[in-house]
Amino acid sequence: MEIIRSQRKPVHIDVVPTLPLYRSAPPLEVRLEDFELYAMDRLRVLKGIADGLSRGKKSEEMKNLADHLWKANMRHLDASEVVNKDIISHFVLRLVYCRTEDLRKWFLSMETNLFRYRLLFEKAEVQRALMAEFDLPYRAASNAELESVKEGLKQVAQSFGQPLAADAIFYKVPFEEVPELVAGRRVFIHKGYAYIAMNQVVSLVSTQFRSHLSKALILTNRKWTSTIREQEKDRLTPIVEALCSSYLGPDYSQPREFAEISIKDIDQIAKSSFPLCMRHLFEKLREDHHLKHGGRMQLGLFLKGVGLKLEDALAFWKAEFSQRVGSERFDKEYAYSIRHNYGREGKRTDYTPYSCQKIITSAPGVGDHHGCPYRHFRTNLQYKEFLGALATNIDGVLPRSASWSNQLFICLRSKKNIHMRMYLTKFILLYQLLMHICSKV
Amino acid sequence: MTKEEIENGTADMEIDQRELMNGERSELNAVPDGFNANYLKVYYGKLFPHADIFKWMSYGNDGKHPGCDESYFGRREFSFTLDNDIYLRFQSFNSVSQLENSIKEKCPFKIDIGPVYSVDPAKRHAYAQSGNNVFTPVEKELVFDIDMTDYDDVRYCCSGADVCLKCWTLMTIAIKVIDPALRDDFGFNHILWVYSGRRGVHCWVCDPKARRLTNEQRSSIAEYFRVYKGNENSQKKVSLTSSALHPFLLRSYKVLEEFFEGNLLSNQSLFSTEERYEKILEMIPDESITSELRGKWQDNKKSSISKENINVDRWKHVKKILKSGKQKGQGLGKCVEEIVFSFSYPRLDMEVSKHMNHLLKAPFCIHPKTGRVCVPIDPNHCEEFDPTAVPTLSKLLEEINMGGLGTDDDEWDRTSLGKSIRFFRSSFLQPLLKSCKEEIENSYNAKLQHSKTSLTW
Repeated sequence: MEIIRSQRKPVHIDVVPTLPLYRSAPPLEVRLEDFELYAMDRLRVLKGIADGLSRGKKSEEMKNLADHLWKANMRHLDASEVVNKDIISHFVLRLVYCRTEDLRKWFLSMETNLFRYRLLFEKAEVQRALMAEFDLPYRAASNAELESVKEGLKQVAQSFGQPLAADAIFYKVPFEEVPELVAGRRVFIHKGYAYIAMNQVVSLVSTQFRSHLSKALILTNRKWTSTIREQEKDRLTPIVEALCSSYLGPDYSQPREFAEISIKDIDQIAKSSFPLCMRHLFEKLREDHHLKHGGRMQLGLFLKGVGLKLEDALAFWKAEFSQRVGSERFDKEYAYSIRHNYGREGKRTDYTPYSCQKIITSAPGVGDHHGCPYRHFRTNLQYKEFLGALATNIDGVLPRSASWSNQLFICLRSKKNIHMRMYLTKFILLYQLLMHICSKV
Repeated sequence: MTKEEIENGTADMEIDQRELMNGERSELNAVPDGFNANYLKVYYGKLFPHADIFKWMSYGNDGKHPGCDESYFGRREFSFTLDNDIYLRFQSFNSVSQLENSIKEKCPFKIDIGPVYSVDPAKRHAYAQSGNNVFTPVEKELVFDIDMTDYDDVRYCCSGADVCLKCWTLMTIAIKVIDPALRDDFGFNHILWVYSGRRGVHCWVCDPKARRLTNEQRSSIAEYFRVYKGNENSQKKVSLTSSALHPFLLRSYKVLEEFFEGNLLSNQSLFSTEERYEKILEMIPDESITSELRGKWQDNKKSSISKENINVDRWKHVKKILKSGKQKGQGLGKCVEEIVFSFSYPRLDMEVSKHMNHLLKAPFCIHPKTGRVCVPIDPNHCEEFDPTAVPTLSKLLEEINMGGLGTDDDEWDRTSLGKSIRFFRSSFLQPLLKSCKEEIENSYNAKLQHSKTSLTW
């Protein structure tokens, strides 16, 4: 791609009816203004998708939302320019979002989602053409093969509540090519091959898209740091860097200046101001003098975010754990992890507290006490007891909704939690997320 | 007895042997139960199958064929846990004798097997500097770890570290569910099940395809097998949709039902007390049904139904009511199945399977707390496996004493370990090596063909 300052020189490329795969930067010329504007339009689409996902919208809604966003932002007066805008904006954003791990992760996720929703709107022939583009090791299963696995295919279809069409086409693919479908038990697998229905092909293609883009981003980053950033420091680099910070990114990792909390205050603060999930973990720790790994991580990182210093944290956990396992075992088996969380060991990453989304979507198992009470504590009896013991002012019934944003709002509404607004990191995370969601309305 | 005494006493013991033709153990042969460095030294010296482990881990790369990768074994990570809890990671060896000598010299209390890395782990620091992630796992067996403590909420015979034949059924069930799925669904062939030494089982899937799976793919397989979610805080830990089950679950259910009704019901006395049957009633989301059952059973306390049949009978009641379709309440559709799944379906440790760099205990290690050997389990006869009859370190040493003098090479064959090693070789190692050799040959020939057809200089 060549960036030019001069007058518009429209370059017509063959308009392909299929979705662009962004495999390589096409030989287009772009005006400098368009460089920025196209990218911002696309960013609105990606941002809108991120919003929709964080609100817990279902797949069907997301598909329509993506379509709506695309039509609203990615049009062009000149019909032949629409595809160019698509391609150019993608490549510009690659430059913007290749530069750190977090940015890459976000961009990869949103672009893959966008691709998938757009693919769902395409006709079967287009989908098949894309499969071919990616050299996917698919093979339409022969009738003989289908006969032999018919029973299994029928059962899988029934497990979605759908009858098996008599002339249904299935693709035979090595199971490792479709991990999402395998994980969800949404395909029939036999002797190492998964039998994919047409509508599941999208999943296949999207996975390929994602993996290609992931590799491309790494390469782009290398090129950026080694040559482009310097070369373009008077022209594109400022635009690229500005584009990124104009977005309220997913990067909550900046440490905030807070009042620190000390161990002697911790019981009082836990009672008055901790969110329910952390309070439960705290109480259990006091009660059992132990927490399993998930609980240690969730509570430990929270305490760190709230301002508990490393020395205090070590003393706190040791005081509890040594009553159960002895102080030597604590020093040997648990102290290292705590220091690791504070970035003093191993690769020295200063880990951030878990977001609500992560906590709500976690999967506590036997003996665990982490997770989100509004999501994971489904035994009404236990929940009532738990609340009774805490004497909280939560009104209302246990939310049955699966949408995790509902849990989030119930948590926010509870009077106890309003206390936290002053100085607790987790609430800041909730708060930021809330503001983010509200800004869209 | 110290090692010296064992060795010096051999001649005396031989004489005693002849005096004890009725097979009674002589006092001199008896080795007190235990687990310590001295015992281990003998074990590693005479019994531990170093060569077999080496052959396994080489996967056919023994240098005999030009297509062999000579660096392969040397890139495998082992880790040793020593006596005073000193933990040595990134141990690697270039030959069987290096492996064997290191084990004999260091006498590790536990040996773990890690992945095969892109370069020799001993050289990892040199590569880590470049920042390009060149030191990274490239192959690792697909592994599963099933531990009895994860079932503590559904077994009443034991808890924590204890294990008995009654709850061992849960492990039998796990093998009978997972093994066929690995073979029939995923197409894997080279699978080794191993007793973990105390209260669980490990599974090693060693097909080339399995070894090369990415973390994401491993994760997807673990998720495919996952049904049980939740802990004491959640009401329903198994949630099956009301519509039909996936073929894997259907097939598994047949096994589960058989063991649940034929074994667990009675052995765990699932309905015999109020506390226990309440746990099951909790899983039924319909008040009218649960109160009807409760009422019936509370009356039964005075009736003459024998203790033995009480569990079977009450389960029959539950099934009858739930399947009768009388109350078409929501969530009742698969309630019977959910209960059976909750009590018997395998509970895997997800984290173990998901990561290539996970270190798992090597087969034929000895468990420090029980002294038992981590022996292979035959999946085709897993119902017959008895964890309480697995040879212990002290028993093996006794058997060595009784065996008297013989060639060093096959002392293991004259002990209880012999059976396990022979099984390991015949049903796992030999077929695996045969298939590896074929693969090496084929890929070598393919490369030759390719270079013949493309004339590059």
